[in-house]
Amino acid sequence: MFEIQVYGDRGLRITLGDSISKETNDRIRSFSSLLEDENIKGVIEWIPTYTSISIFYDPALISYDSLRERMNSLYENISLIDVPPADVITIPVCYSKEYGPDLTNVSKHNQLTEEEVIKIHTEPDYLIYMMGFSPGFPYLGGMSEKIATPRLSSPRAKIEAGSVGIAGSQTGIYPLESPGGWQIIGRTPLKLYNPKSDHPILLRSGNYIRFTPVTEEEYQTIENAVLMGTYKPKRELFKGGEKG
Amino acid sequence: MNNSAIEVLRPGLSTSIQDLGRTGYQQFGMVVAGAMDTFALQIGNILVGNERGAAGIEVVLMGPKLKFLRDTVIAICGANLSPMIDGRSISMWRSQRVYEGQILSFGKPVDGSYAYIALSGGITTPLVMGSRSTYTKAQTGGLDGRFLNKGDVLPSGEPNFDKYGKQLHPEWIPDYNKTGKIRVILGPDEEAFTKEGIHNFLTKTYKVTTQTDRMGSRLEGPAIEHVDGADIISDAIFPGTVQVPANGNPIILLADRQPTGGYTRIATVISEDIPLVAQSLPGKEIAFEAVTLNLANKLYQRRENFLKTLSKIV
Repeated sequence: MFEIQVYGDRGLRITLGDSISKETNDRIRSFSSLLEDENIKGVIEWIPTYTSISIFYDPALISYDSLRERMNSLYENISLIDVPPADVITIPVCYSKEYGPDLTNVSKHNQLTEEEVIKIHTEPDYLIYMMGFSPGFPYLGGMSEKIATPRLSSPRAKIEAGSVGIAGSQTGIYPLESPGGWQIIGRTPLKLYNPKSDHPILLRSGNYIRFTPVTEEEYQTIENAVLMGTYKPKRELFKGGEKG
Repeated sequence: MNNSAIEVLRPGLSTSIQDLGRTGYQQFGMVVAGAMDTFALQIGNILVGNERGAAGIEVVLMGPKLKFLRDTVIAICGANLSPMIDGRSISMWRSQRVYEGQILSFGKPVDGSYAYIALSGGITTPLVMGSRSTYTKAQTGGLDGRFLNKGDVLPSGEPNFDKYGKQLHPEWIPDYNKTGKIRVILGPDEEAFTKEGIHNFLTKTYKVTTQTDRMGSRLEGPAIEHVDGADIISDAIFPGTVQVPANGNPIILLADRQPTGGYTRIATVISEDIPLVAQSLPGKEIAFEAVTLNLANKLYQRRENFLKTLSKIV
């Protein structure tokens, strides 16, 4: 699927699929990488999502028609390039009572022990389909239905940054302190969003994350290293294969 | 700080430092932020001899009280919030000299919501991801990522005393009270709406509600009906995009919008009219008119040429 649409007077939207799938995500990543290499004058930025790429451009520098033509010819190359390699980033999570106040809810709801919930949650590599909602927030796919749990009936007024939660069959991490209704099962000491850093945003779409359990002590050690700016998250090449 | 330019004596409602926004990071979920009325900020900057995208002070309805810590040149553009120097009212859309110790304050809001104080040399708080714009929800940019507080001191670049007494031609001064139509380009989810839904959107009027802020303008009026539900797979949002959730009331997304959203998008306001939406106070009635991309691009080009020419002749 490849369709180009007008999106306002400074936008061009390209549909590359009609449902959430890894195949569509691969095509979006390939197309994004072609777009990046092309470095087209007048293209300000683009927003890749589950099924599309929307390009924001300056019509004083490039017209819609010529941008559309460039996109059509770029698309002809999409099958010629390999899908860019993906990284797996390990996210340490402390699944304690203090950091994960709803771990018990999730285990009861699914008739599992808390240990089983943690084991299931840390098993798969989760694909980051897109970023959005708030700075640094990854939309993840691949959580096991075995630990799916509805949102809290009454949302919390304040959830700490780094909180790891479950909402329905989705899992995610809160990059900022905010209100929210997710079932919070743990917390990571990593900063998904750090405006003071040279790399303000830890994750990007197309990569994977893997949760790994840490003790409260290890959490403290990592948190200190993060604050000192000395912590390097573990990053490895994704080798494929659908674990979990 | 020897580049201290302004001291905040009284902060006002939600006064913040803004430039043209933090572009380039939306693919990582970052909000663009920036001035709600980018036209007014750019004009202000041009009138004081700055680059169009220099950071200025965004003032919302209830203005601050500010003391100048050095001689400089300022221009106030955008909403008329009755600006005064040492208690005497001053002209809008005009650059003028101010002197160390003088006090800028605001009075009654006359029209519009957002005024901009452009200062020669620009406000020079640190750049964060290439921009000085304040995004309070993520404590990013501006002064510690927050609205201004009493006692804050704002730094500026070196003032240029050659450019003052410059006035924007009245023909170009927007009338925020005028009940003109807001022009849109339909789509990208036009097909998600019934014929009646589109008809309502383009023929009825929609009132700006009090639930309107830097993120967007929430309107209410005759329901804009969907064919089959209001939810889409989360997708990109641009400035001026009009989302319609299940209740059928439109939301026009503005500076602090999230880069993606899950509601159907009936249209996007053309660039030239976004400042007019941003300046619309609660209670104002808005009517929409669909235009072609061709016309929108001509208007965009005209405005761009005007700003370029003005930069040259000031």
